[in-house]
Amino acid sequence: MKAGRTIAGVLLLLAICVPLLAAEIPADQRRSGFSFMGPDTQAIQNDDTANPGMLWVLDGEALWKRKAGAAGKSCADCHDDDSMRGVAARYPAFDEALARPVNLEQRINLCRANRQQAPPFAFESRELLALTAFVAKQSHGMPIEADADPQLAPFVAKGRELFLQRQGQLNLACANCHDDNWDKRLAGSAITQGHPTGYPMYRLEWQSLGSLQRRLRACIFGIRAQPYDYGAQELVELELYLKSRARGMPVETPAVRP
Amino acid sequence: MGSVLINVPKRAKRGDVIEIKTLMSHIMETGFRHTATGELIPRDIITSFSCRYNGEEIFRADLFPAISANPFISFFTTATETGTLEFSWIGDRGFSETATASITIE
Amino acid sequence: MMKRTMDETEHSRRRFLALSGAAMAVVTLRSAEATPATMNAAMREVTGAAAVRAGKVKLEVPPLVENGNTVPLSVSVTSPMTAEDHVRSIHVFVEKNPQPNSGNFFLGPRAGRAQVSTRIRLADSQKIVAIAKLSDGSFWSATTEVVVTLAACTEEVI
Repeated sequence: MKAGRTIAGVLLLLAICVPLLAAEIPADQRRSGFSFMGPDTQAIQNDDTANPGMLWVLDGEALWKRKAGAAGKSCADCHDDDSMRGVAARYPAFDEALARPVNLEQRINLCRANRQQAPPFAFESRELLALTAFVAKQSHGMPIEADADPQLAPFVAKGRELFLQRQGQLNLACANCHDDNWDKRLAGSAITQGHPTGYPMYRLEWQSLGSLQRRLRACIFGIRAQPYDYGAQELVELELYLKSRARGMPVETPAVRP
Repeated sequence: MGSVLINVPKRAKRGDVIEIKTLMSHIMETGFRHTATGELIPRDIITSFSCRYNGEEIFRADLFPAISANPFISFFTTATETGTLEFSWIGDRGFSETATASITIE
Repeated sequence: MMKRTMDETEHSRRRFLALSGAAMAVVTLRSAEATPATMNAAMREVTGAAAVRAGKVKLEVPPLVENGNTVPLSVSVTSPMTAEDHVRSIHVFVEKNPQPNSGNFFLGPRAGRAQVSTRIRLADSQKIVAIAKLSDGSFWSATTEVVVTLAACTEEVI
C-alpha cells in the first residue's frame, strides 16, 4: 500500500513549504468532528441504545456506586445523583492545592486518593475510562466552558504555545493541520478542526473508548515526535487550550469517531 | 465490568412488530492479529447469540471474527404475550453471558 | 491454513516505525486473504446445488466506509413472514477478509419483519453478499461493493 509513503510525502511538503499561519478558526466557522463523518457513523453516536461508548457509561454508573478504598466510600456517598451535571464542561479546572489545572481523569484519581483513600486507577484503564465517561455524559449537550477561571490564563497560554509549536521528524505543529488545513483530506480521512467535544470517545480505529490524552499521544506519534507521557502537564495544558478553542461548543460524550 | 445494553419496548400491542437492539461488551479478537515479535494473538470472539421469548427461541445468530468489537445486533419480533425476553451470548474461552428484559402486552 | 502475504510497502512502513523507537505492541494485518473462490465455496455450503436468484434482499452498507473496523450493515428481505411464507435465515459473506463468513442469522415466522442489523469488519474495499433462505427452500441474494479507507496514521498500541 502506498499510503504510508504518500502520507509522509504530503506531511513533509507541508512541513517545508507551508509557513505557520497561526490563523485561528473564526468562532462561527468552528465545526465538531461530528460534522466530518458520514451519516451512518453519526447515527451510531446519536443512538444511546446503539452507541458502544454507552457500555462504558453503564460500567461507570456501577463503579460510581461501588464502595472503595480504606474509607469504604463510594462516589455516590458524597455526590448527589445530579451533581455531576456541568462538571465535565468546565474541565480541566484549577486545583488550589496543586496550583495548576487538572483534567477530569486526574480529578477522579485525586478524589480516590484524598476522599476514598483508594489507589488511583491507571490512565486508560477500563475503570478510569468508565468513570470519566459516566461523569462527562452528564454534561452532554452543555457548552464547553473550561477557561473561565482567570487563574488558568497562563496555562491556556502555555497550551496554545504547545499547539503552535513545530515538533518531531516531520516538524509539524497541531495548527498546521487543524487550523490551516482542516476539511482537506489526509490519505482518505478528513482532517478535522481537532475540537475535543466528545471525550472519552469511542474511536472505531481503537474499537474501544479512549481518552483525549490517548488521541493526542497518537497524533504526536503520527507526526514522528515523542509523545508526552500520560498525565504529563503538557497534555493537560494542551487539553485546556483545546477546550478554550472549543468554548461554547456542546459536549458530545460519548462521541463516536472513525 | 463489561456491560450489556438491551433495548426492548416496555409495552406493545398484541401483534405489533417490535425492534430489539442489543450491544454487548466484547473485544472480538479476530485471531488474525500478531504482536510485533510475530506471536499470533489467539481468537477470542462471541460465536453465538440467541433470544428466547417466554422460553421459545425467536432469533439466533452465528458470529464470526468479521463481526466488530462490542457486537451490535438488532432484529425484529412480533409482540405476542406479556413476558420475558432472555438473551444469551456464548463464545470462546468459556464466555457465557445472559440478560433479560420484560415486555407487557396491552 | 491459508498463506498470508503482507504488502511490501506496508511491511516496510511498520518496520520503520518499530525501528524508530516507537513501542509497537501489536501489528494489525490489513492484507487481503480470502478470494472470490473462497467466498463462493462458503456460499455453496449454505445453498448446496440450489440456484441463488438476485432479488428480494436489500443490503445496506455505507458506500464509503470511514473505518473498516466498524461498518454498519443492515439486511432486509421482502417477505410476508407468515407460517407458510417466511425467511428462515440470512447469511452474510465478504470477499476479501481472511474468512468469507461474517454472520448467519436465523429468523422464522415470529420475526414479523425479516431485517437484521449489525456491524462488521472489512479488511479492504470489497464485495459483500447477503443470501436469504426462504421457507420454500429457495435462495435469494444481494451484492454490494464497498470502498474502505484506512486510518491515516498508525499509532502505538497501549
